[in-house]
Amino acid sequence: MNYNWNWGIFFQPNPMGTGTYLDMLLSGLALTLKTAALAWVIALITGSLVGVMRTLPSKGANWFGFAYVEFFRNMPLLVQLFLWFFVLPELLPKGAGTWLKQLPNAPFWTAAIGVGFFMSARVAVQLQAGISSLPRGQKMAATALGLTTAQGYRYVLLPMAFRIILPPLTSEFLNTIKNTAVAITIGLLELTGQARSMQEFSFQVFEAFTAATILYLLVNAVVVTAMRFLERWVAIPGYITGK
Amino acid sequence: MIEISHVNKWYSPTFQVLTDCTTNVTKGEVVVVCGPSGSGKSTLIKCVNALEPFQSGDILVDGTKVNDPKTNLPKLRSRVGMVFQHFELFPHLKIIDNLCLAQEKVLGRGHDKAQAKGMQLLERVGLKEQAQKFPAQLSGGQQQRVAIARALAMDPIVMLFDEPTSALDPEMVSEVLDVMVDLAREGMTMMVVTHEMGFARKVANRVIFMDRGEIVEDAAKDDFFGKPRSDRAQKFLSKILSH
Amino acid sequence: MFGNLDFDVIRRALPYLFYEGMTFTLTLTFLAALGGLIFGTALALMRLSGLKILGRIAGIYVDFMRSLPLVLVIFWFYFLVPYIGQWVTGASRPISVGAFASSLITFIMFEAAYFSEIMRAGIQSISRGQPAAASALGLTYAQTMRYVVLPQAFRNMLPVLITQTIVLFQDTSLVYVLSITDFLGAASKVAQRDGRLVEMYLFAAVVYFTISCIASYGVRRLQARIAIIR
Ligand SMILES: Nc1ncnc2c1ncn2[C@@H]1O[C@H](COP(=O)(O)OP(=O)(O)OP(=O)(O)O)[C@@H](O)[C@H]1O
Ligand SMILES: [Mg+2]
Repeated sequence: MNYNWNWGIFFQPNPMGTGTYLDMLLSGLALTLKTAALAWVIALITGSLVGVMRTLPSKGANWFGFAYVEFFRNMPLLVQLFLWFFVLPELLPKGAGTWLKQLPNAPFWTAAIGVGFFMSARVAVQLQAGISSLPRGQKMAATALGLTTAQGYRYVLLPMAFRIILPPLTSEFLNTIKNTAVAITIGLLELTGQARSMQEFSFQVFEAFTAATILYLLVNAVVVTAMRFLERWVAIPGYITGK
Repeated sequence: MIEISHVNKWYSPTFQVLTDCTTNVTKGEVVVVCGPSGSGKSTLIKCVNALEPFQSGDILVDGTKVNDPKTNLPKLRSRVGMVFQHFELFPHLKIIDNLCLAQEKVLGRGHDKAQAKGMQLLERVGLKEQAQKFPAQLSGGQQQRVAIARALAMDPIVMLFDEPTSALDPEMVSEVLDVMVDLAREGMTMMVVTHEMGFARKVANRVIFMDRGEIVEDAAKDDFFGKPRSDRAQKFLSKILSH
Repeated sequence: MFGNLDFDVIRRALPYLFYEGMTFTLTLTFLAALGGLIFGTALALMRLSGLKILGRIAGIYVDFMRSLPLVLVIFWFYFLVPYIGQWVTGASRPISVGAFASSLITFIMFEAAYFSEIMRAGIQSISRGQPAAASALGLTYAQTMRYVVLPQAFRNMLPVLITQTIVLFQDTSLVYVLSITDFLGAASKVAQRDGRLVEMYLFAAVVYFTISCIASYGVRRLQARIAIIR
């Protein structure tokens, strides 16, 4: 393979004047994590609401939950980002649209919101499955004690459902981190984006992508380890989860 | 205390579970409900605290109409204790917290007061030492006694039992029945779905026999065991008592 | 709100969008699903083979691929494949393989990791009695897999496999980062050329949505039918 390896490239200054190439990649990593964190908060909150709606006895709530999930699941994330980024500002009233377009960090907010809603549909599906896997009697027992529907969810159903779906939620969180890379298409300089610019400036393709790859693997390992601890932390003595 | 008059319930237009059920339970009375599987016993008892809706007829609990849309159901349910076949303790809460949850959230009792009440009831069912454990760490019989204590913590005016011992190993049945016998002797109003005819003989005032959604027999205990009028009840009794 | 939109631009672009763009997208989806399924099944068999080293290699490959964003993997292969081609053919310089071949290789390698997990679950869901019965009849390991285990695993997992293919169909839009003319790429090119981003991206969204919806409706029907047969 006639490729000129140059691992020292990471310690050479980048042409943007923001330090070395390594600094460039690390700032990309930071942005990846920041975007993913905000997206995950959005995904958890809206996904939980929609997931609960899908388990309510109301036909209307069910239908809304179904339509919501289908809407966000049946379009490529990339297309959704384009809709948020290019289309939404044009369809809003003029003032609001202009304000949106001039927002500083527009790629960041778009990515967080776009990835967040995209992932919320998956969180909703997981939570619905978790709630449905609880014995029917649990809801009945809560109701029989006089708890309202909201209280039943808050104190009885959700604490158990979230414990059960913790492993799949871990992979959805990892997916959230990975999916922020799609935002390279709207100009977000997250980790993949920075690796790509490093490659364009320095021509050291494989060094740049190797570094990004290692950083992604590290993030994965950290998240998986942290979630193991969380799982152990919330485990219920004597209770064997069904798997 | 409980007045059930002409209750009809359909699960679907072609499937009627309850047909013109009429009976009542007066204060301090213990009524045992029995009948073959699928005869609608659980459905009837769940109608009493509106866990199941019904299409026609009326049920009054302590003068409050259960099927009136204006009735505050959580409040009514908090005064009707219910014990389920599969215990339905909340697995993520410690035993003592299982007893406190509804006291605090529904009755608005302070935490200390709820705890004191909880401990007093745990002592009464002989499980004071288990207060800090989780449900999965207890045997079935112990769990069911906790479930009874949990219902009693709400100071109910009437207790409903739906086959409280049928999910238990034989050697644990008596520890639960003992608690129920004590309760009956203290004057608690009880409606008990059970096949434990020994329990019925000991404390019941009346026995109701159901078959295919109808109340076939509703008689004083001695009459029921002495000379049931219907063929179906006689057959049922001979099957149950033959071993 | 929609007053100044020009939907005629879509009508004029239709032949380009579908003959070029959608043909590329669907061909890529189909071939990548096929290749990914074959390679993925091989990975699954490696993991279940009982040979420690084979299992480890397959496991590391699957975990590795599943840890990386698809966009990064697309870049990786885009730059790597020419060098691999050079190495394989012994040419004197990296050989250019073209956008289609490069994306196809990428998606086969990437999706194989996901298909292998599905096939592994499918194989493990078959009762141990089945391979035992096959061996008792004198079938070799290969024959047992080929005629008894894999067909059942495939049939049991068909809904999940199709669902994964729908995901793949949507994911192929990411070749956008290589400026390839897939369906979204074509829409985007028209959008930029005519300055009609809103119309073109809305239309692209509707098309992806419709196709995915119909396909996932089909999966639900299939699942219901399988549920009855069982
Ligand atoms: N949610 C439901 N939807 C439709 N049918 C139901 C539902 N719940 C119960 N049924 C049916 O209603 C009938 C009465 O059920 P119910 O649970 O009241 O019987 P049961 O007398 O308590 O029987 P068991 O002794 O087995 O508990 C049964 O045929 C049952 O299959
Ligand atoms: Mg029952």
